[in-house]
Amino acid sequence: MKNKTVKLMQGNEACVEGALAAGMRFYAGYPITPSTEIAEISAAKLPRIGGKFIQMEDEIASMGAVIGASLTGLKSMTATSGPGFSLKQENIGYAAMAEIPCVIADVQRGGPSTGLPTSPAQGDVMQAKWGTHGDHPMIALSPSSVKETYEVTIKAFNLAEKYRTPVIILMDEVIAHMREKIEIPDKDELEIINRTKPENNFENYNPYEVKEGELVPPMASFGEGYKFHITGLVHDKTGFPTNKSDVAEDLINRLVKKVEKNTEDIVEYEEYFLEDADIAILAYGGTARAVKSAIDMAREENMKVGMFRPITIWPSPEEQIRKLAEKVRKIIVIEMNLGQYYLEVDRIANKLTEVHKYGRVNGELITPDEIISYIKEV
Amino acid sequence: MPSQLINNYFRTNSLPHIWCPGCGNGIVTRSIVEAIDNLNLDRDKVCIVSGIGCSSRASGYLDFNTLHTTHGRALTFATGIKMAKPGLEVIVITGDGDCSAIGGNHLIHASRRNINITTIVYNNNIYGMTGGQYSPTTPKGDKGTTAPYGSIDTDFDLCNLTAGAGATYVGRATVFNPKLIVKLIENGIKNKGFSFIEAVTTCPTYYGRKNKKGSAVDMMRYLKDNSINIETAKKLEDNKLKDKIIVGELYKNIRPEYTDEYNKIVDSF
Amino acid sequence: MPEKTFKMLQINEKWCKGCGICVAFCPKDVLDIKSGKVIIKDIDACIKCGQCELRCPDYAIYLGGEDNEK
Repeated sequence: MKNKTVKLMQGNEACVEGALAAGMRFYAGYPITPSTEIAEISAAKLPRIGGKFIQMEDEIASMGAVIGASLTGLKSMTATSGPGFSLKQENIGYAAMAEIPCVIADVQRGGPSTGLPTSPAQGDVMQAKWGTHGDHPMIALSPSSVKETYEVTIKAFNLAEKYRTPVIILMDEVIAHMREKIEIPDKDELEIINRTKPENNFENYNPYEVKEGELVPPMASFGEGYKFHITGLVHDKTGFPTNKSDVAEDLINRLVKKVEKNTEDIVEYEEYFLEDADIAILAYGGTARAVKSAIDMAREENMKVGMFRPITIWPSPEEQIRKLAEKVRKIIVIEMNLGQYYLEVDRIANKLTEVHKYGRVNGELITPDEIISYIKEV
Repeated sequence: MPSQLINNYFRTNSLPHIWCPGCGNGIVTRSIVEAIDNLNLDRDKVCIVSGIGCSSRASGYLDFNTLHTTHGRALTFATGIKMAKPGLEVIVITGDGDCSAIGGNHLIHASRRNINITTIVYNNNIYGMTGGQYSPTTPKGDKGTTAPYGSIDTDFDLCNLTAGAGATYVGRATVFNPKLIVKLIENGIKNKGFSFIEAVTTCPTYYGRKNKKGSAVDMMRYLKDNSINIETAKKLEDNKLKDKIIVGELYKNIRPEYTDEYNKIVDSF
Repeated sequence: MPEKTFKMLQINEKWCKGCGICVAFCPKDVLDIKSGKVIIKDIDACIKCGQCELRCPDYAIYLGGEDNEK
């Protein structure tokens, strides 16, 4: 029996621990509540293991530095919150277009604008998907406990590396600042994925050449002997810009398909008391904790209520939500916003079942009692 | 067949470049590779990063590790690269709008950190790619499509700006004198710290036409007639220097380099 | 440029955009523009100083090629 490390830690700390376990060796960031501990802990830990930390002059700069570092082969991340997430969006789009693996933890807070910096919210759900311009792939994961933050962060790096795309960790202030006991797994128990490298074909390397039947091109690093070009312009397999409409069409479609065609691999969710439920509550992140308590209470009153909790927010677990909609009488989407993920659930489920929403934007948590009242109301 | 220098360091299949007839950008770009050639740098270790604008298209023509980034952000990507792999020789190509308007914050902070990156700004005093809007280096009173009655903005002296912010090698040359550009870039690359080279270049198509500066040749002649070397300038009275382009090595200093300082922390564990 | 070179003035006509910079600043008036492209008007006057090459924005003129003066 191996000695397990058990620690009491904050969600933000678990995010850093997960990142380091996944192989993160570069962090660039800018201080912003309630994500700052992720930067502080990274600043303390990275140099001790030969990694690099830099506090950049602004949010935009930190996203740029993360992309630059990833291009040299280091697994790279940044963390931010709503306003900073908005500022990072152009470069997040660059990472999607140029296919640069990177992880962005967004610890959501009340918005819009400076909003409620120290209060929880889940208002960045749609920004995570559509924050940058143009059609693009997006993966966003939302943990609902400290332990899961650790796991989801590792998964975020794995997906970023595997699909060469930015991955968002949609945290919220509840999870970020909550302290829970977590068991740190042994290194050899973890599945760690690294980007596929090209096969030393220095002369004929095309940075965006995809093998027949595949969607993700192998990735070389700067300084290894491949002299290639990277741009945010539409480009062909050589990496050089082009205005050709067919090349543009193929490129954007391939980028989107990387995620669409691999939804099964990417999607993760939890089902709670759904077997016999006729009302399903859909919730994620910190809100799901209150929902879970509410369901425990409702079950004591013999109400047939269950919970569907997407851990992968984008791409949405479309197939699972559809099946759920076919089964239950009602779906209630509960989230700390005025109905953002509701739009997605309603799109998938509305012809099959009734979809309701319950939200909040005043910086206060949604309580189990009010969830029970709302269930009774509908 | 192009010359040996061009053949060796350019992606010649992407030439001729997109720049207009008489645009000085090609002169600066050639000067960069001549400096690299003179220094005999290992080209696999050279990383050229650019932003957005006419100048920033240069990265695509050069046969190194090249990165064409977002508008104004070249220095941020370059900082990530240099921090992650200090062994790479990182050169940033940018324009006056790219580095001093939208990217101004990054320029002063890269200078402040004294990170070992050599930045070459192609200063053509205008936004060329978007069709001739005034930039932070358009001389006050000059016209752009967005300054139809003359710019009322005071223009930046980019060399004073970066020297003041902490760069440790700062120089200026014009495209009339490419040899000086080459020399400054060589010294900039050799400097262990943040180096900033302002290459004053010509935009006959927009800046020139808008401000009745004549042909490309006329604009080159203007650069020739109005440049004064810093050493000569030191001996002249201020009124003789009005509206002149002061060229040469303008500022040098020795300060700890950023990635070195960080690696000291790494090595302390 | 080297003091003594056996290289010859070369023109890559395809890349020339006819800006006239090389013509204007040639110290020996060797060059001219014809039909929008640079031409060599008087090769005997060329002192191989290479200023045209340094200032050509389009890499269309340079000293190079065969050592045919050896």
